[in-house]
Amino acid sequence: MVGNFLPTSSEYIRILPEIILCVFGVLLMVLEAITSERQKPILGRISLLGIAFAFAANIYAYSTPGQAFQNSITVDAYGTFFRGLVLAIGALCVLTSFGYLRREQAESGEYYSLLLFSLIGQCMLSTANDLFMLFLGLEISSIATYVLAGYLRDDRRNNESALKYFLLGSFATAFLLYGVAWTYGLTGSTNLNEIHRVLSSHGQGPAPVLIGIACALIFVGLAFKVSAAPFQMWAPDVYQGASSPVTAFMSAAPKAAAFAVFLRVFTTAFGTLSPRWVPLIWSISLLTMIIGNFAALTQSNVKRLLAYSSIAHAGYILVAFTADSQLGVAAVMFYLASYALMNVGAFAVISHVSSKHERYVRIEDLSGLAKRRPAEAAMLAIFVFSLIGVPLTGGFFAKFYVFRAALSSHLVWLTILGLANSAVAAFYYLKIIVAMYMHEPGESMENLTSPAPGTRVTIWVSALGTLVLGIFPSVLLRFVTDSASVLPR
Amino acid sequence: MSVLLLTLLLPLAGFFIILLLPRKSNGAWAVALFFSLAAFLSSLGLIGPVSKTPAQPTSVIDVMWVEGANIHFHVGVDGINIWLVLLTTVLLPVGIWISQRLVSERTTTFYALLLLFEFGLIGVFSALDLFVFYVFWEVALVPMYLMVGGWGGARRGYAAVKFFVYTMSGSVMMLASIIYLANRAGTFDYTQIVAALTSGTLTLTTHEQLLLFLGFFAAFAVKVPIFPLHTWLPVTYTEAPAPATFLLAAVMSKMGAYGLLRYCLPLFPNGARQCADWIVVLAITGIIYGALIAFVQPNIKKVIAYSSLSHLGFVVLGIFSFQQQGADGAVYQMVAHGVSTGALFILAGYLEHRRGSMEIRDFGGVATLAPGLAAAFMIAMLASIGLPTLSNFVGEYLVLQGAAFTNFTWAAWAAVGVILSAVYMLWLYQRTFLGKPGHDVGVVTDLRTAEWAPVVPLVIIMVWLGTYTQSFMPPITAANQHLLEQSKMNLEIRVQQRTSPANVLSNASVVHAAWKETGDGR
Repeated sequence: MVGNFLPTSSEYIRILPEIILCVFGVLLMVLEAITSERQKPILGRISLLGIAFAFAANIYAYSTPGQAFQNSITVDAYGTFFRGLVLAIGALCVLTSFGYLRREQAESGEYYSLLLFSLIGQCMLSTANDLFMLFLGLEISSIATYVLAGYLRDDRRNNESALKYFLLGSFATAFLLYGVAWTYGLTGSTNLNEIHRVLSSHGQGPAPVLIGIACALIFVGLAFKVSAAPFQMWAPDVYQGASSPVTAFMSAAPKAAAFAVFLRVFTTAFGTLSPRWVPLIWSISLLTMIIGNFAALTQSNVKRLLAYSSIAHAGYILVAFTADSQLGVAAVMFYLASYALMNVGAFAVISHVSSKHERYVRIEDLSGLAKRRPAEAAMLAIFVFSLIGVPLTGGFFAKFYVFRAALSSHLVWLTILGLANSAVAAFYYLKIIVAMYMHEPGESMENLTSPAPGTRVTIWVSALGTLVLGIFPSVLLRFVTDSASVLPR
Repeated sequence: MSVLLLTLLLPLAGFFIILLLPRKSNGAWAVALFFSLAAFLSSLGLIGPVSKTPAQPTSVIDVMWVEGANIHFHVGVDGINIWLVLLTTVLLPVGIWISQRLVSERTTTFYALLLLFEFGLIGVFSALDLFVFYVFWEVALVPMYLMVGGWGGARRGYAAVKFFVYTMSGSVMMLASIIYLANRAGTFDYTQIVAALTSGTLTLTTHEQLLLFLGFFAAFAVKVPIFPLHTWLPVTYTEAPAPATFLLAAVMSKMGAYGLLRYCLPLFPNGARQCADWIVVLAITGIIYGALIAFVQPNIKKVIAYSSLSHLGFVVLGIFSFQQQGADGAVYQMVAHGVSTGALFILAGYLEHRRGSMEIRDFGGVATLAPGLAAAFMIAMLASIGLPTLSNFVGEYLVLQGAAFTNFTWAAWAAVGVILSAVYMLWLYQRTFLGKPGHDVGVVTDLRTAEWAPVVPLVIIMVWLGTYTQSFMPPITAANQHLLEQSKMNLEIRVQQRTSPANVLSNASVVHAAWKETGDGR
């Protein structure tokens, strides 16, 4: 079996996106040392190029789907979708960062290389088929993100954010790792398919209590990463403290990747235990929605509000997870894609309006945006209506699809409570619209310029994407439905 | 290209063209008026096909929209919704016309929103697919929310959010029902679902029907509004800018009533009949309560707002009488109420614009200063209180007749509302227009030519509706007959426990009567 340990060329192709990102990440670190202050902006463009190449490689890798490295990663439609999604989020956040970093006078290559490294981790998570790859991906992604959260060293809140994220994140990762160890001890493998095989062998599998504990430990680790209640405490502080483009990134990419692997682990490895974890996720999703939405009601800081909204959206995604069906998986995928667009777009607008050192991040600071900058206000309105779930936006169709999946699996009460929650949510999202359209411009609007070109591209692309997903959902729906069939359900 | 598609797309095209106009340009009003009038002319083309086959949807468009989810873009008009589409296309140019005088800030955006609103409304009234219906339902909500919040009075933010959240809470329940129903039926298509219910290929248990009905009812009841879900109405009507109030009262309130008739009756006949008693009680409560509150309001706009609540109770009463006359009257009343209340709100808007106030005590003796305005108000008011030969009389009479067939007590109580409406409206007229001119009323001048322009067509329509009923009624009757028949057939499949379809068809009326005698159908 020597041949097994020598990777073939097609196996390398399957991790080509990660390789490219890695090369560009290292390259940026080197270039950082040899470029002058004036040349720094070029580094951001190089990282964008790297992401573009990785995106192309991701599509190319899908032309030869299959496993690689002793079945520890698997390139399938599902993994390719999530890799593409996190790369797209990365590209949009890089675009937003151009203007942001120039404004804060903090341009440097390490920011972009950290972002690329974080993306590597998320790409690995998307295709991981082994608990070890899961752990590696999660750590690569997380460590880079911890540093990014505290990237503005002189900013106190940035530091607070990074420290909180790091401490709590490591704690959660420890749980996850412990769960991986238990699982290995009980099943003798870390490979997801292998675990599934052992668990579905009747009578010879490990004791249900023990494997239940292992499963629960892994659950805790992943629930932390997707900010599901009761492990959501970190999210508001971290999101508020970090720089806006980083917050946009954190709320979209690691979350998407974590959901990707969450679903894969629980449907593949622990699929046979679903009667046990479905009730658990049922209650967690309800709790997450309620905590997210009701806590958001009283927020006055936009970033904090969006942080709680992000928790609430994790709850909606968990509803689709609870459905435990192919439709549910497809709904999760669609939801994450449209959520990424609207959230990244919203944060791009916020990042622009907040001005230097993010002085203006309260809801009142958006007052009169419609008068000063009608285009940006209209875009933010689109994002907010999408977050509420108003038809003809991606957010609506995503929500519709989630609850459709839930009702197909007879989760009537969860659907009713979830939809009632989304009516509550309208209340706090509308505060943003009210401020923008119904109040007179204040101090925050005095020196507001037009956004940097990169930010503008992000805003427009996200807004158009949000509308396209809402009006022509079939562009994504078919692919999502097909890729959902990859997971054994 | 189908006429209906053209009618739908013209406002949308206008919306985009206005968005592309330079911000400082003054052309938005002309563009909006042009496109809304074009939509009106195009909608006239819908009448021909409908008058041939009023019971079947005509000018149908049915194309695949979302392939993966089996959602069709399916719209069409029959003898019921054609009048609501026409009501929309008639009143929108009027709304745009009056906005020129009544709205002065950020006019470009306002006109764009008006056209988007028209697009949503035409969609709601013509949708034949539940998903499409829901989409348009919310699409109409957003521009109205922005108009109330962006151009309204002092408490506009509060009013707008209350309006939105109220409506949203109702409509998410409808969304849950729609998804559930579609999962059961395998399609979102309204006509297919009704057909499946009729043929028995799809059966809903009584329990399911009740819950699904309540989901739909929640959305519609908020929108109508039905007492006690009306609390958003006074604050929204008074805070909204005059053109928005006009459209809210005249057109948007019909969305809910139309939904009750079109969706609740044929889809959930058992649920609807099970709940009919308390819904009728709520409707009658609304009629009398609205009238009594209107009686004591010191503000002209509020009087009209509460009178609107009262008159809409008749529509609900007519629908839930399950009688041909009741349903016909309900549809007729929807149109008539739209025109008469719309006219009242326009004239109130003119008064407010002149006087800067809506308090009744700030007026008095206006008739001597502005005889034209007073006369127009008089006609609209008489139409509103149901004077024979004017529009609302026909609708209210038929509703009362239908209600009396089902339960005479209902009709008796509802008739109290008719009397009350005459009392408070005449009293309002007396205090505002008659008597000695009040303090500072001198600023109120008579209507100018440009202001007569939207009023005259509405007055003509009111008289037309009141005198030549036959030009509107036959399609309504035919379509309602079909709809009530469907409702009955879907009902007794469950009562008879699935006999053969042919048998069911022939026995439709008999079993319906039997069902009614047993009282609750179980």
